[in-house]
Amino acid sequence: MSLDKATVARIATLARIKVADADLDRMAGELQNIMSWIEQLNELDTSGIEPMTSAVETLLPQREDQVTDGGYAEKIVANAAEPVRGVDGGFFTVPKVVE
Amino acid sequence: MAELTDLTIAAARDGLKARKFSAREITEAHLAAMGRARDLNAFITETPDKAISMAGASDVRLARGEPAGALEGVPLAIKDLFCTDGVLTTAGSHILDGFKPPYESTVTSNLWRAGAVMLGKLNLDEFAMGSSNTTSYYGPVKNPWQRRGDNRPLVPGGSSGGSAASVAARIAMGATATDTGGSIRQPASFCGVVGIKPTYGRCSRWGIVAFASSLDQAGPITRTVRDAAIMLGAMAGHDPKDSTSVPRPVPNYEAALTGDVRGLKFGIPKEYRIGGLPTEVERLWQKGVDWLKAAGAVPVEISLPHTKYALPAYYIIAPAEASSNLARYDGVRFGLRVPGASIDEMYENTRAAGFGAEVRRRVMIGTYVLSAGYYDAYYLKAQKVRSLIARDFAEAYKKCDVILTPTAPSAAFAIGEKMDNPIAMYLNDVFTVTVNLAGLPGISVPAGLTDDGLPLGLQLIGRAFDEATLFRVAGVLESAAGFAAKPAMVG
Repeated sequence: MSLDKATVARIATLARIKVADADLDRMAGELQNIMSWIEQLNELDTSGIEPMTSAVETLLPQREDQVTDGGYAEKIVANAAEPVRGVDGGFFTVPKVVE
Repeated sequence: MAELTDLTIAAARDGLKARKFSAREITEAHLAAMGRARDLNAFITETPDKAISMAGASDVRLARGEPAGALEGVPLAIKDLFCTDGVLTTAGSHILDGFKPPYESTVTSNLWRAGAVMLGKLNLDEFAMGSSNTTSYYGPVKNPWQRRGDNRPLVPGGSSGGSAASVAARIAMGATATDTGGSIRQPASFCGVVGIKPTYGRCSRWGIVAFASSLDQAGPITRTVRDAAIMLGAMAGHDPKDSTSVPRPVPNYEAALTGDVRGLKFGIPKEYRIGGLPTEVERLWQKGVDWLKAAGAVPVEISLPHTKYALPAYYIIAPAEASSNLARYDGVRFGLRVPGASIDEMYENTRAAGFGAEVRRRVMIGTYVLSAGYYDAYYLKAQKVRSLIARDFAEAYKKCDVILTPTAPSAAFAIGEKMDNPIAMYLNDVFTVTVNLAGLPGISVPAGLTDDGLPLGLQLIGRAFDEATLFRVAGVLESAAGFAAKPAMVG
């Protein structure tokens, strides 16, 4: 397996991180180094081993499905970039999505 | 008032009760120390006004003779990964520019309820990703320690570098920290202080900026084992707001410090005798064995056969979880926004400018290992390896009660070293990362100095939820080591 420029560009798009074309080669090299080091896991036979999905054996708790919080939209949007404040507490804003 | 900054939490608590000094006096002494040590760059945000007002409130409670909280009047510093109501919280990242949370993390709420005083918010590796505190957008933290006859600035370790440095430099009596792969214990070792990562689920993660949710745990950094016991007791506890926080009572950890380890079995994992381990580290480890033997404990050779696979497994699991957790930083709801022609371009520009190189690298790795066609080969494989590592520990604990290892494979190194090779940096966590993968508690105790005068720690690893035994053994190790050295800057 090797991480080429095209793969790195695809990952960058999936991760929503802009990577300049000029940086793709360097980044491919860096990521390839790390992935090659990770490949040593293939020495291990893990057939029949259950994946660990919880750090501590515990049952997830259940609760009533109720509204227990909320009603402070002003506080929520206070940290937003370019929020629109209005009678309903306010809105987040994004660049135009629908033409 | 230099002596007030030298007090342990336990001594401050007793002195405050006896009215030998006021909470305000203690806090002022620490704020003065903070002012003198700005060169360390340990703090991102100082909150002196808040500190004075909280200390004043403590004095009022003490004067009324109200039952004192466990940390009444104790000045603490908070890693800038814990959300603090109305106080800038950055996670060491440009992308959280200007973020003032409208809520308080559960752990810090618990501390304030116990009477503690907040001095400020501490520097850290960006999103806690790093082992040297050099990835912070706010610049590196300097270790208060220096090599004898050499004034090059050294790293404090990471990611809780500001936490360890501020406690070692006598700016804070204790500090909160978090540990995903060694981020409490390794900086504690590098700065000559005590740090404990409790069992996963012991402390609530609610309100802590998430890095890798199945590995992250909060814990204290202090100067003594007793202080760590007091502080963890105040931080820990079940929290319905974190579904992975465990509904178990928190024992009185201070009461566990009996000093008696007769008959206790401590394991020495043979796989931790890695090649290239400095003789100073090996020698200290042997001393640790001798100290515990002299106190009546019994050494047992154990095997943790999958140790060498822990770091590669970690570098799948932690980046995968990080890539998911960090998806929320998109320039919409908080922090930095860099404009773009479309919404996707706005996301991409914001995240490219807002994340530093190491965070971008890990988000990319995480995205890759979770992407279509690779999930089974990487993420699922790593989760299976994680099972094997947890099983190693379960087998070992059939033969012993705790495990004794070095905390880190070296003492502090110079700022700028190991920067060109990510994998060399990752190897700092070779002795600590297994503990996070298995969800176990681990503590680092300062135990000696290198030949050129830098602190080294020893690590004890315990059974899940058995922090009490960990504190008991750590207390014995601490007494035997008699670590009394201080960084030259504090005399």
